[in-house]
Amino acid sequence: MADTMATRDAYGKALVEFGSKYDFVVLDADLAAATKTCNFKKEFPDRFFDCGIAEGNMMSVAAGIAATGQLVFASSFAMFAAGRAFEQVRNSIGYPHLNVKIGATHAGITVGEDGATHQCNEDIALMRTIPGMTVICPADAVSARAAVEAAINYEGPVYMRFGRAPVPMIYDDGYKFEIGKGNVLRDGNDVTIVATGITVFMALEAAEMLKKEGVDAAVIDIATIKPIDEELLVKYAKKTGKIVTCEEHSIIGGLGGAVSEVLSEQYPALVKRVGIRDTYGSSGKAFDVAAHYGISAQHIYEAVKSVM
Amino acid sequence: METSRKTELQRTATNIRLGIIEEVYNAASGHPGGSLSIADILTYLYFEELNVDPADPKMENRDRFVLSKGHTSPALYATLAERGFFPKEDLKTFRKLGSYLQGHPDMKGVPGVDMSSGSLGLGISAACGMALSAKYNKKDYRVYTVIGDGESEEGQVWEAAMFASHYKLDNLCAVLDFNGLQIDGPVAEVIGPAPFDTKFEAFGWNVIKIDAHDFDQIEKAFADAKLCKGKPTVIIASSTKGKGVSYMENKCEWHGAAPKQDLYEVAVKDLNAILASLN
Repeated sequence: MADTMATRDAYGKALVEFGSKYDFVVLDADLAAATKTCNFKKEFPDRFFDCGIAEGNMMSVAAGIAATGQLVFASSFAMFAAGRAFEQVRNSIGYPHLNVKIGATHAGITVGEDGATHQCNEDIALMRTIPGMTVICPADAVSARAAVEAAINYEGPVYMRFGRAPVPMIYDDGYKFEIGKGNVLRDGNDVTIVATGITVFMALEAAEMLKKEGVDAAVIDIATIKPIDEELLVKYAKKTGKIVTCEEHSIIGGLGGAVSEVLSEQYPALVKRVGIRDTYGSSGKAFDVAAHYGISAQHIYEAVKSVM
Repeated sequence: METSRKTELQRTATNIRLGIIEEVYNAASGHPGGSLSIADILTYLYFEELNVDPADPKMENRDRFVLSKGHTSPALYATLAERGFFPKEDLKTFRKLGSYLQGHPDMKGVPGVDMSSGSLGLGISAACGMALSAKYNKKDYRVYTVIGDGESEEGQVWEAAMFASHYKLDNLCAVLDFNGLQIDGPVAEVIGPAPFDTKFEAFGWNVIKIDAHDFDQIEKAFADAKLCKGKPTVIIASSTKGKGVSYMENKCEWHGAAPKQDLYEVAVKDLNAILASLN
């Protein structure tokens, strides 16, 4: 396997790197060691504020800070940032469209050993229903770093989804993150695999497996789930006819839902969704659990075969 | 406080109460009870205490105000209009389709509103964020918020209380409108959030108790709050829900109901009688 790094680690490093370039403060809710905002806390102690285990308060505090014109990041696990604090994110941050960047780590099933209570497979669905919220889910460490800078330079609320488990590098260092643009990582004519987050490397593996059997699969990384790259999705639906989505998230309301919404209105095509199928997760090693619930290169491969 | 100044504030507060009644009557909805109870506090804030400029509502170093009990927007709107932030005539559009005077305060649409609010418990946290930002950016503006006694049943109020004292936000002053009533009945019977003084003291706050309708006490409380260093201040202001309108006083059924024409006329008559008594 190529070099690996968890996107949460890239997030932590990016905060330190961009901390010297941009004026922002960082909030956390007693998870700095895990979300990796601890790096920022160490480097810029006067710009880091621990809110304690009170995520709802943290999100409204972030809104208040942003309302004074101060850029702010707020971090916690996805379960608490998007789940517990949903209403504060909606009403304090989303409704007034305040410039708060939410760095949500430990998203999805690959939280692993902590089990169902901490495996948030619903955050994309929750966050993308909030009007004006940008939802970003980077595929690797390079993309995560670039997403942080893109979010800093964008005025408005952004939800960034990061993972706990190390994942292979996909992008080169020169990669530029453009909010709202999907990336065609591999062109193909027979089927399009649309992936997000840590399933992107699985999609690339699946495409290799398919190639050996003569199936020419395109792979698209949808790093911005909202606003989604409608043009690119329609283009590939027209080109390949069949779509397989994959995500480390519920197939209800996540990437699969978003892609289906776009295509059903603009260019109806068969969409097969790989992801968590209306169930809670359970404890285990990150990628063992993911595979157990149907998320792996093999599952993507099988999903493609089922639509060919 | 000089008698003439006090009379002027009482007159202003009564005009604001008339504005509140105009709003909820024309909207045929809204929350008069808890709006009337905070009219004197808001009058003092906007006509004596806050460094704000109606001609420049986004002035960088202005004092901030967050109406955490956002359902009492009629009081805030009537006060802002009275202070000149927007035309008083617009109060009649309150809660109507197309109006910028939304049911709950919208900072994007209303000149002078510093934070959108309405979902209880969120506003005091936002006020904490503003106060923290002032400290971080070495600004000397102060942040004020009004919370409800019923609102204080929200856990987030106490998360914010913990946060404010931990970060020594002495530039933050909360007023707790202790009118004793909420939708389902007296707060003491619904779930009993009191005592507030010992709770806030335990959370590390400076606590001041006053009569919410006595301008001498209001003036002293805000002055004392400014002098207190190293901790945030809460002013527990005992108030009368529905204050100034005879049939609304201490009646929880007027928490969120608008008067029809006959009772609207009684309310206007009550308030005009108060105005007449001040002349």
